[in-house]
Amino acid sequence: MDVTLRVWRQAGPDAHGEFKTYPATGVPAEASFLEMLDMVNERLTLAGDDPIVFDHDCREGICGSCGVMINGQPHGPQLGTATCQLHMRKFSHGDTIIVEPWRAAGFPIVRDLMVDRSALDRIVEAGGYISAPTGSAPDANLIPVPQEAAETAMDAAACIGCGACVAACPNSAAQLFTAAKIVHLNLLPQGQPERDRRVTAMVETMEAHFGSCTNHGECQQACPKGISIDTIALMNRDYLRAKLADRRLTGRR
Amino acid sequence: MTATLDAKVPAGPLEDKWDNHRFGIRLVNPANKRKYRIIVVGTGLAGASAAATLAELGYNVDVFTFHDSPRRAHSIAAQGGINAAKNYRNDGDSVFRLFYDTVKGGDFRSREANVYRLAQVSNEIIDQCAAQGVPFAREYGGLLDNRSFGGAQVSRTFYARGQTGQQLLLGAYQAMARQIHLGTVTLHTRSEMLDVVLKDGSAAGIVVRDLATGAVTSHSAHAVVLATGGYSNVFYLSTNAMACNVTAVWRAHRKGAYFANPCFTQIHPTCIPASDEFQSKLTLMSESLRNDGRIWVPRNHDDGRPPDQIPDPDRDYYLERIYPSFGNLAPRDIASRAAMRMIETNLGVGPLKNGVYLDFADAIGRLGRSVIETRYGNLFEMYQRITDEDPYTAPMRIYPAPHYTMGGLWVDYNLMTTVPGLYCIGEANFSDHGANRLGASALMQGLADGYFVIPYTIGDYLASHLNRPPVSTSDPVFVEAERAVQDQVDRLLSIRGTRTVDDFHRELGKIMIEHCGMARSRSGLEKAIAEIPALKAEFLADVRVPGSAATLNQSLEKAGRMLDFFELAELMCRDALDREESCGGHFRIEHQTEEGEARRNDEDCAHVSAWAWEGEGAAAVKHAEELRFEYVTLAQRSYR
Repeated sequence: MDVTLRVWRQAGPDAHGEFKTYPATGVPAEASFLEMLDMVNERLTLAGDDPIVFDHDCREGICGSCGVMINGQPHGPQLGTATCQLHMRKFSHGDTIIVEPWRAAGFPIVRDLMVDRSALDRIVEAGGYISAPTGSAPDANLIPVPQEAAETAMDAAACIGCGACVAACPNSAAQLFTAAKIVHLNLLPQGQPERDRRVTAMVETMEAHFGSCTNHGECQQACPKGISIDTIALMNRDYLRAKLADRRLTGRR
Repeated sequence: MTATLDAKVPAGPLEDKWDNHRFGIRLVNPANKRKYRIIVVGTGLAGASAAATLAELGYNVDVFTFHDSPRRAHSIAAQGGINAAKNYRNDGDSVFRLFYDTVKGGDFRSREANVYRLAQVSNEIIDQCAAQGVPFAREYGGLLDNRSFGGAQVSRTFYARGQTGQQLLLGAYQAMARQIHLGTVTLHTRSEMLDVVLKDGSAAGIVVRDLATGAVTSHSAHAVVLATGGYSNVFYLSTNAMACNVTAVWRAHRKGAYFANPCFTQIHPTCIPASDEFQSKLTLMSESLRNDGRIWVPRNHDDGRPPDQIPDPDRDYYLERIYPSFGNLAPRDIASRAAMRMIETNLGVGPLKNGVYLDFADAIGRLGRSVIETRYGNLFEMYQRITDEDPYTAPMRIYPAPHYTMGGLWVDYNLMTTVPGLYCIGEANFSDHGANRLGASALMQGLADGYFVIPYTIGDYLASHLNRPPVSTSDPVFVEAERAVQDQVDRLLSIRGTRTVDDFHRELGKIMIEHCGMARSRSGLEKAIAEIPALKAEFLADVRVPGSAATLNQSLEKAGRMLDFFELAELMCRDALDREESCGGHFRIEHQTEEGEARRNDEDCAHVSAWAWEGEGAAAVKHAEELRFEYVTLAQRSYR
């Protein structure tokens, strides 16, 4: 099939950016979206142009490296699918496809379609862990975890950290990413001792980098792993609970 | 010419070696640990767990990844699970049984003492990961669930749905994130290691290129740990992530670290076949599918009927026919070679005739669709997403693909390479899997090395360097190494030829899969050894690397990695040619039984082949580490 791409090109973080048009001809329908970009890049290289820069790695939807806006949708039109798992058969011969980087102030552009998502790592560093230094663990079966809790924790832990939720949000909020990690750890018995500290530190770090949530729900729609916005409600409940329980705040104005 | 390598295996009975060793090696006192700086390259299971643990002990750690975040490392894609000898199922498992199975599964080409230690610490890994909050599958009573995996006769595999690697990696990443927050780990992202720097024969640091700005900088430390994964991408199409490469360990090899058993590579039988020539990678489908799927091809090579209209008598369930006792659960190397033979004899299925059927019709008939959906729903969905075919109604098509590399840098019992102060852990070293890795053992080894081995063994080396500052990065050894890196970058950019990097990579991959893939012959390997240097020369004359050195340049990154793949490819072929036997993933057609099975040569080949770099254009020199088996009995593997 033949499609036309309109791709955001930007040589560096501070450079001027613009859309450029490229034909992608003779693309097999079996090809993935990123393989189509590979083909275009081979042709650009041989024609003396700079290939289009984009992050990608595992190409099986688990590493979270890839992700671009495709016709205004993070990861494109297929529900629950990362960009690398999207195939050209979802498009039609003759289509024009607009390809942009994640659009969010918290994700500055590195080059072309590649952005800097390191603010997500800062949120995890603030408290997205259980402090269990190597060697200090008891036998694994001494900490029983109800199966339902383990399953719900796993649902949240499936987050791949791609940033689509932020890109989808009109406010560029990172609530879904942050809530997924908090819910994963705060649901488990192992996560209880640091429950209040964790949610407080992570939410406050998140707010330093990203916008506020106003319940649009776009994040859930964009998430390639189907993480539910219920996690945001659980995070908000835990945050409030932590603040109310914090005796250092009692009586202060 | 061969020399003997000292693996520094401790004396004493097998089960006491690790304990005795830990008591015998030197310790660094807690107040002194903060005087040391350690570099860790790579943030997969091995690298992240090592960085976190070393920092918890009090060392200063610099960790480098070429990704934008440590959580992207390819450990994340591991599906199946992680083994441990917990014996939670009460089915007769033990440390000794896990050890025995691993040595046997590796076709008796691994070091007994290392494998025993691996089995010993396997239980601590599960404890550690559970404490970190890894959401392992649970029974209704809240205790951990297990499954049997990869043909093991006991249920010793712990898992988190089909995303075990992801969850274990996130556990290690989070432990490291905590240390980053505390300031004990300094994280360097989008930073690719391009050389190891030696001073007076010992590791002094590394040279890295900042992938975003192109800046080349040096970093010094008291010790360097490489945790940079495997090299399956030498075959071009593999299940590895696109950026997986051999560069870090290969450049260490060029600086004096021996490379062990490069020809020991694993081809995984259940991958989705390529759909066209532009395909960039192959996707693995979990091996667990073989528990219920039946593998077959049509008996008649020009049978044009759709699979559901081919009656049983016209189908060849070849694994069940050839290996009646193991059937569809035959080990990876056996199942892969059998599929290859079917396709070679023109019995392949699918539009490109490059697959075999994996059929669930019988299982769905026997158990019902809902049971199959519970067991494999996510895998079926993944298959349908990629192929647009519904595996509930039509059989899957599968084909073997390069997946894991057992070979890697040679390390002693302390996981130190032949360069003092340079360590290598995880898939990047050669240590524990011999000639074939068992399912659910890669995650175990990566975490064993990172959480429980290197944190102890590195202290023995560091203790002798107390109060000696790291070599200054303005020392001539660093200046020289930086210049060499910059020269290579400039050279690649100045060629301005007519072929892309990927084009050369595809061609190298074709040579390797044909001559050094599932079946290898003397004539084929000799042909490859002639072709590879010629292709490398053409690459250096005609590759086109666009752009400049001072910006983010993905073509330039790939071009640098290609140079190392060429050299590695040649060494793999030389190693395969030198190893006059068939064992595990290494199958030489000259060495097979009358039934077409691998024939080991314990008389001449019960050794590790560790190759020393002798300079560009010179043949590598082999040093052999003899393998002694005191606790397992060497036997021919049979799955018939």
